[in-house]
Amino acid sequence: MAASAILRVEKLKKYFPVKSLPFSRKRSFLKAVDDVTFTLHAGETLGIVGESGCGKTTVGRTIMRIYEPTSGQCWWRVGDSAETMEDFFCYKNAQMRRIRHQIQMIFQDPYASLNPRMTVQDIISEGLKANGLVSGGREMINTVADIMEKVGLLPEYMKRYPHEFSGGQRQRIGIARVIVMRPKVVICDEPVSALDVSVQAQIINLLEDLRSEFGLTYLFIAHDLSVVKHISDRIAVMYLGKIVEKTDTDRLFEAPLHPYTQGLLQAIPVPDPHQRKSGHRMLIAGDIPSPIDPPEGCRFVKRCSKAMDRCRVETPALLEVREGHEVACFLYPNPRE
Amino acid sequence: MGKSFRWYRKKVEKIEEAASPLNIVTYRKLVWIKFKTHRLALMGAVILILLVLFSFVGPLFTSVSYEDMDFGSIFSPPFTEGHFLGTDELGHDVLVRLMYGGRVSLFVGFVSALLTTIIGTAIGLFSGYYGSILDRLLMRFVDIMLSIPTLPILLTLTLVFGSGISGIILVLTVFGWMGVARLVRGLTLTIRESEYVVSAKAVGVRNLSVLFKHVLPNVLPVIIVSATLNVSYSILTESSLSYLGLGIQPPMPSWGNMLQKSMNYILGTAMGVTPWWLTFFPGMMIFFAVLNVNFLGDGLRDALDPKFTSHT
Repeated sequence: MAASAILRVEKLKKYFPVKSLPFSRKRSFLKAVDDVTFTLHAGETLGIVGESGCGKTTVGRTIMRIYEPTSGQCWWRVGDSAETMEDFFCYKNAQMRRIRHQIQMIFQDPYASLNPRMTVQDIISEGLKANGLVSGGREMINTVADIMEKVGLLPEYMKRYPHEFSGGQRQRIGIARVIVMRPKVVICDEPVSALDVSVQAQIINLLEDLRSEFGLTYLFIAHDLSVVKHISDRIAVMYLGKIVEKTDTDRLFEAPLHPYTQGLLQAIPVPDPHQRKSGHRMLIAGDIPSPIDPPEGCRFVKRCSKAMDRCRVETPALLEVREGHEVACFLYPNPRE
Repeated sequence: MGKSFRWYRKKVEKIEEAASPLNIVTYRKLVWIKFKTHRLALMGAVILILLVLFSFVGPLFTSVSYEDMDFGSIFSPPFTEGHFLGTDELGHDVLVRLMYGGRVSLFVGFVSALLTTIIGTAIGLFSGYYGSILDRLLMRFVDIMLSIPTLPILLTLTLVFGSGISGIILVLTVFGWMGVARLVRGLTLTIRESEYVVSAKAVGVRNLSVLFKHVLPNVLPVIIVSATLNVSYSILTESSLSYLGLGIQPPMPSWGNMLQKSMNYILGTAMGVTPWWLTFFPGMMIFFAVLNVNFLGDGLRDALDPKFTSHT
């Protein structure tokens, strides 16, 4: 881990208040993200995977401050020196505005995330205008044309409306409007899950090209393991608002430690019918429990085949059990104890 | 059946041709194409333009004023010499009064609809977008305004503000904006949570800018439609106010007060005949104006809906 940290999320919590019964005094919370800590290193891609409802999107949206965090910090490297980091969760609006264009987000649904009544030019230049990055006129048009070419769109389409584009092209527009601001960190919130498989590959390749060209750092949120495997350097596996395992991509796929990760990897369909019969597949039983009322102890205890008594009482912490391999499970003893 | 089907096919072809990838079709162009192929809406627009011409240009071609009385021929039926649509009890020429009455009715209808829409839209947008206390305050205010029994207040207000054109417009506006406000607020609530608004905010667009560049354009089709409905509502309310004797006062005519005055004679006979023309013509004018404004609104709604491509 030679690369220096560019963004560090510490003990991030996001609870959503849930409407209880009328006249009831009890207020319950949906614990979408519960104590999540991770570091993004400059130039890397960190994948976050998990079932739907595990809180991975909420992590991204809270870092963007689309949602206000319940608690926790988000340290952000100011300037180029590795030492000075500031927690932008305590920034006021005006301060946030100054760094806004440096942390950006690509949205999941390319159909819903583009305003149907704005031209492509307006959509792409919106961020530039809002952050005062480019003065208007010719320069603006040139910047937009440049970025359209970079993401594989014809600049002639500048005056068209989103409904005239296919899903893949729309996602390219969504990428262009983010990249045009030259951000440092891009949060990709399932950027390909709404697209055809053939188009998915194109968009993934585009994202990789852009990463090397502009020196971007990605936080790549997805539920598709094959996509994450392809693009990520490291992967964090989330379950019910917590990170259960975090390590390098290769190591995660070769030697997963957490029972949940093991089950998740086993669930990947094998395209070879002969191989399919030979191996015994351990599948995860049951459904993901409600995050309003998560189980006591380890969150995964009710679906875990290796659950012990201790798991029902204590919550395992995310510990580095091997070098560069963190896992939150009592099966693996804390090396420091 | 066969004929209408062919016509339908032709229309679909036109829209598809316009939307083909070879043509660069802007949203506005597509709206215009869709509007053009909407028969009723086109008819509505043409008839409304004719009504406006009739009321605002028509009087220029006649030397008779709406106050001129022809005592020699009162209650003369239509097609009488010099009085194409007949005269009323004072010998006023009905055709001329219809023209001047149209000025009042159409002006009141369109202006109060415009004001109602602007006020309702502004309140709905801010209420829905900013939410929390502002929303609660504004919506309770809407509730209060809606729970006031309109008619007695209208009567009082017209007495206070007088029954001139501006008084009528004021009264119609003060009591007419709540529907639009509620409608716009509801839509704003939905659009506020939409992905494109969230992504615009994530990009760093300021709130006010989001409101006017993202929310307003997407509420606009509904606003336009409700505005056309408001035009007809205002024309009708002006008529009923005039009918109650509180609207535009004679000798100045409006379609509403012409109708109201004619009610005195509708059941009896005057000069040996029932003067049906005094009721029929202003009634027909109101009927056509309201009907065609509604057709126009219908067509606009269909044309502005991006998902809507065919309708017969």
